[in-house]
Amino acid sequence: MPKNPNVKKVLVIGSGPIVIGQAAEFDYAGTQACRSLKEEGIEVVLVNSNPATIMTDRDIADRVYIEPLTARVLEQLIEKEKPDSILPTLGGQAGLNLGMELEESGFLKAHHVTLLGTTAATIRKAEDRQAFKDTMEKIGEPCAASKVVEDIEDGIAFVGQIGYPVVLRPAYTLGGSGGGIAHNQAQLEEILANGLRLSRVGQVLVERCIAGWKEIEYEVMRDSAGNCITVCNMENIDPVGVHTGDSIVVAPSQTLGDKEYQMLRSSALNIISELQITGGCNVQFALHPTSFEYCVIEVNPRVSRSSALASKATGYPIAKVAAKIALGYTLDEIQNSITGKTCAGFEPALDYCVVKLPRLPFDKFITAKRTLTTQMKATGEVMSICQNFEGALMKAIRSLEQHVDCLLSYDFSALSAEELKERLKIVDDQRIYVIAEALRKGIGYETIHAITMIDIWFIDKLASLVEMEDALRRGPLTAELLREAKRMEFPDSVISRLTGMPECDVKQMRYDNGIVAAFKMVDTCAAEFEAATPYYYSCFGSENEAEGASENKKVLVLGSGPIRIGQGIEFDYCSVHATWAFSRAGYETIIINNNPETVSTDFDIADKLYFEPLTPEDVENIVNLEKPDGAVVQFGGQTAIKLTESLMKMGVPIFGTKAEDVDAAEDRELFDRILEETGIPRAAGGTVYTAQEAKEVANRLGYPVLVRPSYVLGGQGMQIAINDAEIEEFMEIINRIAQDHPILVDKYLQGKEIEVDAVCDGTDILIPGIMEHIERTGVHSGDSISVYPAHTIDQKVKETIAEYTKRLAKALHVKGLINIQFIAIGEEVYVIEVNPRSSRTVPYISKVTGIPIVDLAAQVMIGKKIRELGYEPGLQKEADYYAIKMPVFSFEKIRGAEISLGPEMKSTGECLGIARTFQEALYKAFLGSGVDLPKFRQMIITVKDADKGEAIEIGRRFEKLGYTIYATRSTAQALREAGVKARKVNKIRQESPTVMDLILGHKIDLVIDTPTQGRDKSRDGFLIRRTAIETGVNCLTSLDTAKALVTSLENAQRGELTLIDVAAL
Amino acid sequence: MKAFLILEDGTVFEGIQIGADREVISEIVFNTSMAGYLEVLTDPSYAGQAVCMTYPLIGNYGICSEDMESGRPWPDGFIVRELSRIPSNFRCDKTIQQFLEENGVPGIAGIDTRALTKLLREKGTMNGMITTNEAYDRDAILPKLKAYTTGRVVERVTCAEKYEVKGSAALGDNGPISGSAVYTGEQEKKPTLVRKLNGRGKRVALLDLGMKRNIAVSLAQRGIDVTVYPAMTQAAEILADRPDGIMLSNGPGDPKECTEIIKEIRKLYDAQVPVFAICLGHQLMALATGADTYKLKYGHRGGNHPVKDLETGRVYISSQNHGYVVDMDTLDAAVAVPAFVNANDGTCEGLSYVGKNIFTVQYHPEACPGPQDSGYLFDRFIRMMEVGKNA
Repeated sequence: MPKNPNVKKVLVIGSGPIVIGQAAEFDYAGTQACRSLKEEGIEVVLVNSNPATIMTDRDIADRVYIEPLTARVLEQLIEKEKPDSILPTLGGQAGLNLGMELEESGFLKAHHVTLLGTTAATIRKAEDRQAFKDTMEKIGEPCAASKVVEDIEDGIAFVGQIGYPVVLRPAYTLGGSGGGIAHNQAQLEEILANGLRLSRVGQVLVERCIAGWKEIEYEVMRDSAGNCITVCNMENIDPVGVHTGDSIVVAPSQTLGDKEYQMLRSSALNIISELQITGGCNVQFALHPTSFEYCVIEVNPRVSRSSALASKATGYPIAKVAAKIALGYTLDEIQNSITGKTCAGFEPALDYCVVKLPRLPFDKFITAKRTLTTQMKATGEVMSICQNFEGALMKAIRSLEQHVDCLLSYDFSALSAEELKERLKIVDDQRIYVIAEALRKGIGYETIHAITMIDIWFIDKLASLVEMEDALRRGPLTAELLREAKRMEFPDSVISRLTGMPECDVKQMRYDNGIVAAFKMVDTCAAEFEAATPYYYSCFGSENEAEGASENKKVLVLGSGPIRIGQGIEFDYCSVHATWAFSRAGYETIIINNNPETVSTDFDIADKLYFEPLTPEDVENIVNLEKPDGAVVQFGGQTAIKLTESLMKMGVPIFGTKAEDVDAAEDRELFDRILEETGIPRAAGGTVYTAQEAKEVANRLGYPVLVRPSYVLGGQGMQIAINDAEIEEFMEIINRIAQDHPILVDKYLQGKEIEVDAVCDGTDILIPGIMEHIERTGVHSGDSISVYPAHTIDQKVKETIAEYTKRLAKALHVKGLINIQFIAIGEEVYVIEVNPRSSRTVPYISKVTGIPIVDLAAQVMIGKKIRELGYEPGLQKEADYYAIKMPVFSFEKIRGAEISLGPEMKSTGECLGIARTFQEALYKAFLGSGVDLPKFRQMIITVKDADKGEAIEIGRRFEKLGYTIYATRSTAQALREAGVKARKVNKIRQESPTVMDLILGHKIDLVIDTPTQGRDKSRDGFLIRRTAIETGVNCLTSLDTAKALVTSLENAQRGELTLIDVAAL
Repeated sequence: MKAFLILEDGTVFEGIQIGADREVISEIVFNTSMAGYLEVLTDPSYAGQAVCMTYPLIGNYGICSEDMESGRPWPDGFIVRELSRIPSNFRCDKTIQQFLEENGVPGIAGIDTRALTKLLREKGTMNGMITTNEAYDRDAILPKLKAYTTGRVVERVTCAEKYEVKGSAALGDNGPISGSAVYTGEQEKKPTLVRKLNGRGKRVALLDLGMKRNIAVSLAQRGIDVTVYPAMTQAAEILADRPDGIMLSNGPGDPKECTEIIKEIRKLYDAQVPVFAICLGHQLMALATGADTYKLKYGHRGGNHPVKDLETGRVYISSQNHGYVVDMDTLDAAVAVPAFVNANDGTCEGLSYVGKNIFTVQYHPEACPGPQDSGYLFDRFIRMMEVGKNA
């Protein structure tokens, strides 16, 4: 069936800010789909509130709206742009929910807008728990005994029939938020109450617990003619009970025979056919480990995280094909762009093994529970490809960048066999390391399997890694042993540690014996057909397929690895744009990255893609083959920067700012010298290694002080300390991981935080704009609301900032990007931090100023001048609208995480509010981040003494908006004395009703709680904040944020929002 | 122990010996199925060939003997990247190593199977030798390799005498229907997709040219009583049993070598009995009616080939295993017309015979291994028999 001629203008809904459960994979899918639509000559209108995405670029869509993703905004947008169709299946659950809302309300019909791809009826059938169950029953596909309940009593009654344990899954939520397993009534009541509240439709599925069964997924495609294929199947090593996003996943399935494989495949096709899905779909199964019994767990009638993984694992471009199917094409009419010979209506055959590991944020949230459940906690993931499972796992482990590189990386050797058996019962991110230790202690496969329910095939594979560790330790290291260790992807560093042979000697021994990495192609067809796409992975002991020689100049672009708090999708944006810029400049581009969710690892972004860990050894393998003319490290965040020194040792020139200048910015002494030379002030401070030294510096400077490790992103480990005790605590935490670099202790200055990104060509500097933070210093810049243009600082300060930026860029010999954070106190400007590389704010400032700074930076690196590129150097003219970047958090997903803002970054994503006035921009930014107030017009204020004065003013303004204010004793007293009506509410340990009861009563819009200085050890505040977050109540811990919110609310509800096409700026 | 795979073009792969310790010369082919190695090993169509699995991890779920497609493994050799050292499956009764040893099948592991596959893709199917003799004399071996042909293998693989496979009397006999499956552990009680006994009361004659067991099972599960005949059976004998329909099975080797069988199949064509043929059966019917076949460069072997049903326009993912194909240019439009084509390379995947109740396919609707999407063809055959009877 050819393309539907009625589709000419399509509105594509993006997925909004990155939160746990909805991450970069939707930027990847959306970008691929938009490009695919444009290829077909369709006019694409895009709406997505996330400014850090590639899909919101002007070269991806024709019209780009970075607006809050709400039904109201979409309605207005449809009225303005008049698209004939809307495509909601590529924007994750958020996009799908919105599409459904518009369809259900009749808006789409009234405006003659067609829902492309899967129909609303289908989405309902797949998403509504009861409808789904009925459908499955009709076609004879088994589901676990379950019931949809809408209140707690109903749930208890049903569990009375089927027995504990039960799994609880709220309908219409992402990443399984609010779900869990209940083993008794108390747990049932708690999880159920929470789930009912989080569900968009107030429904929770109570289901027979099938924990311990094998979890198998199929990625399925279907076209409008009814042709169906499965792109790939995947097996979760962690059995049912751990969210697939948090599981170790392998593709294809390893422990299924053809009978099981085909049984589930047929079931998946049966389901997608009955649901009449057109496009991509993900079906999750639980398979009984010792029978053919299975249950359908879930169907996602849209492109999902798993489909991004499946795309990268197989080379099959699911989103691209889904977009073409939405336009009416059938699978046999669409070409397989990897082979260029075969059609999209085939099933990829893999001749390698793929392993995905989740990137969990427990290094950020050290107080959080590490337990893995049906609620997803991972912020990102890594994927690796190898010809054997052991190698794929080893590569995936070191791709995580969490100070792990083998199964010895978490040390459980102190535990006895008995203790290990107990420890194995805990399902957390360290489980495979515990299993490895159990194997070392001689615990049998069957015992480990009985506790973990992990298939013994995987346990045996871990055992073979443990045996290799042992063989290396025992020695002697023969060429044969080394060859085998490399086949299993033991890095040289680990071999060196185990054998005692210096790493350089291990490497030399490899070279002497011809043990070098070979590169194989991912071609969708197991070499059956010749492939046109250079997408490679490495392995040892094989013939090399990658062609290194080339006529062109080559540039190596280092990606940013897994998405984590502090290093998000922004760096993928930068990597991709840099790649495009180099490509336009005539370079052959090579990307190395290991994140399957990203655009950068799409097969047609660079000329060559190496899906590999970003460690010096792995990069060197590629360098040896490709011999690039240079590498760029400025765009891949800290991951890439960390590789600078190694690249230089390999003899690869670094494009742009030199490594020693990057060092100068991070090295305290060198940097102080530069500041002195340039006459730029900064907060006093010193460098230390031990707690004792830290205390000495702190006492010399006077408290409060800022303590932080150097060479980190996202302020990891950064804290404000107010006394010696806190210094000791923080230093202990920082030094848990061996530090290669000194720790910085600075005087804490309170003022306005200003941020600047600039491009420098060695002579001239271009500053697209100055951004100012709403929260005062002390809150990490990534967690602050950022406003462009800076509107509360005067011209003189701006000039000083521009001047300082210029001086610093020159002193550091910056060629490319530089990011500087300043503090302004009155007219005084101090520098906080200088990063001679791309930053989190680059995509944001590029989009709102219309100046493509990554592109400019890339051109500058290869010798172009700013003036030649058509730009006048200096601080650019300010825009006549406001663009506000709002952080978005995923606190509700991480049980036990402290939510109060501080110097260490905690947000997972961001959204943008853009408007003619500051107030409207602020309102939109809050709206985009999910703060849609007022609802009940009731709030709680509980602040520390120092904040009472400011709290009064905020309270007064909320009161004017009609808010009823509840406050704890001393806050209430302060408010009342100032004439603000406040109802006193009891503290947690006082008699009921307490502040907790109030929050749990679901009638509160907002909690403002400022933590007592330093770490809140009282637990009261902590409990209040956690309860608020887990109950879905907005909770603010900074008065600046609260002030901004009240400002936005005062200006809300003034008729229509103005929608701005960013592509036209 | 070291093992070597020596190819006709002189290429040598060094690996380790698996299976039986025996030297063998055979035609080397590759299969891209990611699961189903036992079904591949026991498919008689591989007689005279050694199979290389492109998926690198083989043997993970061991041997579940009840999944065998015939009584024994047929390939002359087995070539893998890595053989799992332990099997893991609730039905597994032995390891693949044991199975290969017991049945005298030699093999080689630890070689770069992708490199081998690429070689076969570029140069076409080649003959080769698997040996553990480190002192092999390549120059002496190469002429032997060139001289090797699979020969008349159908006679080797077909059954010795005719036998019956009773049709299921009740749906329950088939085992649980996939989708509501609860495994009971009984032989042959694997889940099935068959939901109707729509062939009950019919009798089908199945000519065993190297038949995969699931062809007979697919018919029997629909209620059909099946009589399986040895390949050399005379047409007259089959027709004398007055079957409602005739099935020609898959099988090994070059179809043109089956000259005697082709003559008998021509007689079956001339009789007015509905015929459904698979793979070799499909090729022989084409040869019997004047068309020609040729050898593909490296064949279709795997579970992911798209086949377009020209009658409905639908595309199905199919299980395939063939090195020869019917030449569509040699079809007489008055005799047979294409009914199915390969959506990748456009080659012939099935024919419909003009004015006859005969249709034939090149691929494997009986799956095992591979997708079960084309099972509907057995139902089409049943409908054809009904029409045939009425006529």
